[in-house]
Amino acid sequence: MRPAYSIVLFTTASGAGYGMLAWLGILGAAGLLPMAPPFGLAAFALAVALVGTGLIASTFHLGHRERAWRAFSQWRSSWLSREGVAAVATFVPVALYGGGWVLLGRTQGPWAVAGLATAGMALLTVYCTSMIYGSLKTVPAWHNGWVSPAYLILSLASGGVLLSAVAALTAEAPPELTRLTLLALAAGLAVKAGYWRHIDRPDDASTAETATGLGRIGAVRALLSPHTADNWVLREMGYRVARRHAGTLRRIAVILGFALPLAALGVTLAVAGFTGALTFAAAVSLGAGFAVERWLFFAEARHVVTLFYGEQRT
Amino acid sequence: MTCLPGTSAKKLGLVIDLDTCVGCHACVVSCKEWNTGGYGAPLSDQNAYGADPVGAWLNRVHAYEVTPAGQDAQIVHFPRSCLHCDDAPCVTVCPTGASYKRLADGIVLVDEDWCIGCGLCAWACPYGAREMDGQANVMKKCTLCVDRIYNENLPEEDREPACVRACPSRARHFGDLGDPQSEVSLLVLARGGFDLMPEQGTRPVNKYLPPRPKQAREATDRGAAGVAAGHERPEGFLGWLDRALDKLG
Amino acid sequence: MTEITAEHGLDPSPKVSDEVRCTTCYMCACRCGIMVHLRDGKVRYIEGNRKHPINRGVICAKGSAGIMSHYAPSRLSKPLLRTGERGKGEFREIEWEEAFDIAVSWLKPLRDDDPRQLAFFTGRDQSQSFTGWWAQQFGTPNYAAHGGFCSVNMAAAGIYTIGGSFWEFGQPDWELTKMFMIFGVAEDHDSNPIKLGLGKLKERGVKVVAVNPVRTGYSAIADEWVPVTPGTDGLFILALVHELLRTGAVDVDYLLRYTNAAWLVVQNEGQADHGLFARNAAGKPLVWDRARNGAVAEDAVDAKPALKGEVRLDDGRRAVPVFELLARTYLDERYAPANVAQETGIAAAQIQRLAGELARVAFEEEIVLAQPWTDMKGVRHETMIGRPVSFHAMRGISAHANGFQTCRALHLLQILLGSIDCPGGFRFKPPYPKPLEAHPVPSSASTPNQPLRGPHLGYPRGPEDLALDDAGRPIRIDKAFSWEAPLSPHGLMHMVIANAHAGDPYPIEVLFLYMANMAWNSSMNTEGVIAMLEAKKADGSYVIPKIIYSDAYASEMVAYADLIFPDTTYLERHDCISLLDRPICEPDAAADAIRWPVVEPDRDVRPFQTVLLELGVRLGLPGLTDAEGKARYRDYADYIVNHLRRPDVGPLAGFRGERGERSGRGRPNPEQLQRYIENGGFWQEHVPADARYFKHANAGYQDWAVEMGFFDGPMPVTFQLYLEPLAKFQRAAEGFGNRVPPEHLRPRMKRTFDPLPIWYPPFEEETLTATGKLDGFPLHAITQRPAAMYHSWGSQNAWLRQIHGRDPLFVPGGICDELGLKDGDWAHVISHHGRITVPIARMEAVNSRTVWTWNAIGKRKGSWALKLDAEETTRGFLLNHLIHELLPAKGDGLRWANSDPITGQAAWYDLRVRLEKAERPAAGSEPSLSATGSPVAVGPDEVAFGKEWCR
Ligand SMILES: Nc1nc2c(c(=O)[nH]1)N[C@H]1C(S)=C(S)[C@@H](COP(=O)(O)OP(=O)(O)OC[C@H]3O[C@@H](n4cnc5c(=O)[nH]c(N)nc54)[C@H](O)[C@@H]3O)O[C@H]1N2
Ligand SMILES: Nc1nc2c(c(=O)[nH]1)N[C@H]1C(S)=C(S)[C@@H](COP(=O)(O)OP(=O)(O)OC[C@H]3O[C@@H](n4cnc5c(=O)[nH]c(N)nc54)[C@H](O)[C@@H]3O)O[C@H]1N2
Ligand code: SF4
Ligand code: SF4
Ligand code: SF4
Ligand code: SF4
Ligand code: SF4
Ligand SMILES: [Mo]
Repeated sequence: MRPAYSIVLFTTASGAGYGMLAWLGILGAAGLLPMAPPFGLAAFALAVALVGTGLIASTFHLGHRERAWRAFSQWRSSWLSREGVAAVATFVPVALYGGGWVLLGRTQGPWAVAGLATAGMALLTVYCTSMIYGSLKTVPAWHNGWVSPAYLILSLASGGVLLSAVAALTAEAPPELTRLTLLALAAGLAVKAGYWRHIDRPDDASTAETATGLGRIGAVRALLSPHTADNWVLREMGYRVARRHAGTLRRIAVILGFALPLAALGVTLAVAGFTGALTFAAAVSLGAGFAVERWLFFAEARHVVTLFYGEQRT
Repeated sequence: MTCLPGTSAKKLGLVIDLDTCVGCHACVVSCKEWNTGGYGAPLSDQNAYGADPVGAWLNRVHAYEVTPAGQDAQIVHFPRSCLHCDDAPCVTVCPTGASYKRLADGIVLVDEDWCIGCGLCAWACPYGAREMDGQANVMKKCTLCVDRIYNENLPEEDREPACVRACPSRARHFGDLGDPQSEVSLLVLARGGFDLMPEQGTRPVNKYLPPRPKQAREATDRGAAGVAAGHERPEGFLGWLDRALDKLG
Repeated sequence: MTEITAEHGLDPSPKVSDEVRCTTCYMCACRCGIMVHLRDGKVRYIEGNRKHPINRGVICAKGSAGIMSHYAPSRLSKPLLRTGERGKGEFREIEWEEAFDIAVSWLKPLRDDDPRQLAFFTGRDQSQSFTGWWAQQFGTPNYAAHGGFCSVNMAAAGIYTIGGSFWEFGQPDWELTKMFMIFGVAEDHDSNPIKLGLGKLKERGVKVVAVNPVRTGYSAIADEWVPVTPGTDGLFILALVHELLRTGAVDVDYLLRYTNAAWLVVQNEGQADHGLFARNAAGKPLVWDRARNGAVAEDAVDAKPALKGEVRLDDGRRAVPVFELLARTYLDERYAPANVAQETGIAAAQIQRLAGELARVAFEEEIVLAQPWTDMKGVRHETMIGRPVSFHAMRGISAHANGFQTCRALHLLQILLGSIDCPGGFRFKPPYPKPLEAHPVPSSASTPNQPLRGPHLGYPRGPEDLALDDAGRPIRIDKAFSWEAPLSPHGLMHMVIANAHAGDPYPIEVLFLYMANMAWNSSMNTEGVIAMLEAKKADGSYVIPKIIYSDAYASEMVAYADLIFPDTTYLERHDCISLLDRPICEPDAAADAIRWPVVEPDRDVRPFQTVLLELGVRLGLPGLTDAEGKARYRDYADYIVNHLRRPDVGPLAGFRGERGERSGRGRPNPEQLQRYIENGGFWQEHVPADARYFKHANAGYQDWAVEMGFFDGPMPVTFQLYLEPLAKFQRAAEGFGNRVPPEHLRPRMKRTFDPLPIWYPPFEEETLTATGKLDGFPLHAITQRPAAMYHSWGSQNAWLRQIHGRDPLFVPGGICDELGLKDGDWAHVISHHGRITVPIARMEAVNSRTVWTWNAIGKRKGSWALKLDAEETTRGFLLNHLIHELLPAKGDGLRWANSDPITGQAAWYDLRVRLEKAERPAAGSEPSLSATGSPVAVGPDEVAFGKEWCR
């Protein structure tokens, strides 16, 4: 699939933003986060900015942004619609909870309910995002049990790293957050590794033979394309990253997205000092790594339509 | 509402005979021609006179090489357009309701005034049947010529899809596949019509008729024994000729 | 349709158009009937005309894309005069008046001094009876259309053998045939009818056998594939003949009735009459009557002719019936399946089985129609007996140096099976069949200011009809009807530029071309031809001094012309698809058609035929002018209606007579074109029921044909298994007669002019073998027509060029593996003449020693209003660069033409090549010729046709 930068940006940024909101909601409600006003302000601002950027980015690839409002209407069947509805709905608890936190300095009691609602809605939104892809049978690399967990965990991991960085820079990073973030990073790496192993096994459900129905006669090979230049479908869904490059990029994603942040955050737990610099570095590294990861999520995914255009399997 | 309308009783669709299709692209161009000035935005073409021209088309014809074990490779020309699936994933993923399936006849359409051009429906379609128009930025797809088949400005006999009307080898058939007694249904039954990618669970309405088996070619250079049935030549050719002439009197 | 709810504001019944106008398509030569929907004065939509005899409502890709050609940015818009050097594409727009003045100033002196100095050659137009007539009035012998490089082998072999041929003159009996074999056809001119026909066969489950090195298109849907090695069909067919003879599967009754099988051939080795027919005093060929035991005229009613045995004629000469010669020849082991398997690449068992199937279907699945008819001898038959095997063939067998004989071999096969013009067989389309005697012999003697005495193109009966001067030198610039190509009834357009450049047989002053892209895809050795067009004499003037050209679009050829007459598109002019020319008839109907301006031109262009008339008037050509020198015809439309070829016979056969009440013959009808328009642009008259089959020998048909004006008296045809004119050339090659070929041509003429169809290897292969070079060129290289492209002119079409914008060379899998080639790699393709570098694609369903590509996809930079980086120029290519108009040097000091020695047909498909893996050249496919300038602007980036009609 063509890795549109707007969609890479959308899923990584909003994923991180919702991840932050989820931690803010849960750990804040549990009273495990610093209550220093700059932290709250910065954390919510960044989270909302990320979510907002993501949502705005997600409209960049629309042919008709002026009609985007229509996308809220089909929540009964469309995950994209659901995602939109959830994203907007999330702003309600976020406003309540964030308002309480930033303006009133309160996160407990009834405000904690808003916190949990924020976390729930944030994760639900991320789940909806994941299901936009996960629901597509046409892309075996997406239509599997690894995708939603990966989106959720990566959202938490990236949100955790960013929140740690904000905390370290504005107050002090609470070790619970750091530990949970480390856990999320490790889990994320494991899920991602599992995901990659999964998609490396070719999916044989649809093949050139089933696509054309000609398998009953013999082996099928595309000879003539319908049009000699590539068409929109191929540009959109025929994008392929070379195996060799994919390997390199996966390594970069693992190193920048997981290994370095794990190490950096690990060091902050073990050694005092440099926490701000280390978590900031972890955040930057993770941002780059996750962007690569997300780019690969698209670029490595093969659409069954390519079976009509010369692929033997997806 | 993008939810599917439940199963429509009438299922209009195409039956494409792969045994007859010569891959001439007549259906492809007549489809473009009809639809570029009709339903919705024109089917535009970018870089129309330059390198890598790309346009929106609702129907495209591939050619596959199919090799049965131990025999010559065959070529099958293969038209591909929207199959108007019963379980159309393109409809259910559409966030705006622009994509819909008609209850009356099962035709899957895009309301171009509602479409936001998100492209998700094209991702959801296993068959590559949807194409974004490069100028209008809305999703285009085969309309089953909904503006022909009911069009009272056309003579009755012309109320069929443009591609069917054009096809010179008559490889395309149009009709109600929901009616088991319709001509197209009977054709599908008789010829073993099949679905594309049934495993995708889309339950396409359009059906494809398989190429008939081909005569295998003798690989050996050794001549077969006298084969022209009924004609022996005990006394040689000219002797046979005599008898033939005698018979004529 | 009330049940349809208006969901989403959908209007299921929108307005389609303001008006529908019926005319004839011209996106190719098939000439289908089209209905042009107009909206707001613009073409909204084109569809097939259901009532039209050719396409019955269907339309092909090109036809539907007609809109994009009609509105193409490449359209010329004004007469042009060259200002820069040839090839630079620099022009000055001029007014029509100036254009005519210039043309007249160039042509008038030639007509006064030496009309031969004008060479007028036309391409893919369909008005040869008109353009030929014009050239005749001018008085130049140098006129022909493009048939010489197209498929003259097919046409000539057909006319000489059966009085008709495939496509224009006949077609399979799609309704009744039970087995169909198709040889070397990708598209053919009968584009839609063949597809309609194949569709019918498929519906009835009739077996289709495709003989073709490539298994695409029609061959792809065939039930059986015969992947013949290019150039060996003749051998394959004669092996089938061998099998039929060996097993006695021939229709002897049919042979006796309709062929020259029983005619006696003089056996007088080494003498002038050897191989000629024994004739009586009246010149009638003789047969041996078994009853009388003596020779009688072949048309003696009660004779029982012998088919075998040697007889002695009254004058003491020995003679044998044709059939005896034929049987001896083809029963020879040379033609045994096992002995042709190696060369043809077809297993003996397959050949034998196919022969058996043909015999079984022909004789055991005989068709009997209860339709009485009367033959030319006056004998009434109660039924029509059909041998339901049918054949079709085209350039795959004809574009070879052995193509004439191969096409004859195929007709021989048809005749032996008794399947010509019988139910289920091959059927003639009126006004065919026409025997040789019904055709003219070529006229070539020119006199200043005089018209040529007869038509340029004809069918020589022997050396006496050649176009040679007293010294035995060719009279025509293309050397048609010379010893190099004696039976060349379509001329040799592919030799015109080379001969004019060489001044051989003489230099010419003006080359006048119409609708032929001679600087590109219709020439062999394209770069060489371009160099000839650009070549200058020592004094700086061009070797070919003046070139006039008419094109409608900015083709490659435009850049090489000095004066351009911009033509209209096919929707903007009158045309006439005439019975005098290339008819659109069907076996069951005589038919002709018109084009008419369904839209008015929006540019300063004029229909070329009208321009030609105007030019002729200004030149004062007889026939075009009256006694006072005034124009006889206002314009082409007026000519179509009022011109008479013979009394009461004009260009159009329909709605003749003052009130339009007559068909075929009749006075001109001033309302004729209007009547055609009302009738959908065409006219047809059905063949009477008793005249539908056996037209060559059917009294009912012959009477109808005379009534229709095809002939002035009955013209039955006797199929010529043995072709006497060829024997005459053989005798000339032995030195007999007062016209003999030059020494160097004699052995070849003796060998190839066999009166019975023979096979010999393609000359390119033979020459390479003789010089020990064949190993260097192990592969055959051929082209195919893509269904969705028409030669060079589809590439300007924004829709069609998306379907075929590039063309790889398709290479058999085995060769790919040998050379380490993968899809998308590039390769050098090398012939004896040159090297090109092109992208390749792997393919399995192809003869294992054959590479191929689509024809004419490659374009010259700067042409057709395409951008300079258009993929046609970087990833398309022409095979023509590798094909030379001459054969490889043999070391005999002579360069032999790469043509059929009998007809001069260009041997496109004899090409031999080798492949070498290559890097992709930086600029894409090679050769990459410099860009020409263009008289038109490059097309826009975006096209969104139909915008104004969308909501
Ligand atoms: N390698 C290879 N070469 C081949 C062949 C092959 O099989 N292989 N085939 C050969 C054969 S059979 C043929 S017939 C030739 C065909 O080759 P050409 O005769 O050159 O045919 P076209 O490319 O159709 O070009 C004809 C010209 O007519 C112009 N034209 C189109 N419409 C009009 C019109 O309405 N009016 C006027 N005045 N001009 C118009 C076009 O712009 C174009 O320049 O190619 C030959 N060349
Ligand atoms: N769409 C379309 N239609 C056209 C044209 C066009 O350009 N486009 N051009 C028109 C013109 S001018 C012409 S002359 C006709 C030509 O009509 P065709 O004769 O159908 O055209 P070609 O493409 O030359 O086809 C030659 C076929 O013969 C095969 N072949 C080559 N060599 C051999 C051989 O030795 N033996 C056998 N058995 N087969 C062989 C090739 O694989 C190919 O399939 O088409 C006309 N119709
Ligand atoms: S073919 Fe594709 S676009 Fe058409 S209904 Fe099925 S899923 Fe939708
Ligand atoms: S592109 Fe248009 S039709 Fe397709 S899913 Fe998006 S809004 Fe719906
Ligand atoms: S039914 Fe109409 S829209 Fe669909 S492919 Fe055919 S012509 Fe195109
Ligand atoms: S028009 Fe008919 S024969 Fe031609 S490609 Fe389409 S389906 Fe096949
Ligand atoms: S075959 Fe196609 S291009 Fe040729 S005349 Fe017919 S419709 Fe026109
Ligand atoms: Mo041709």
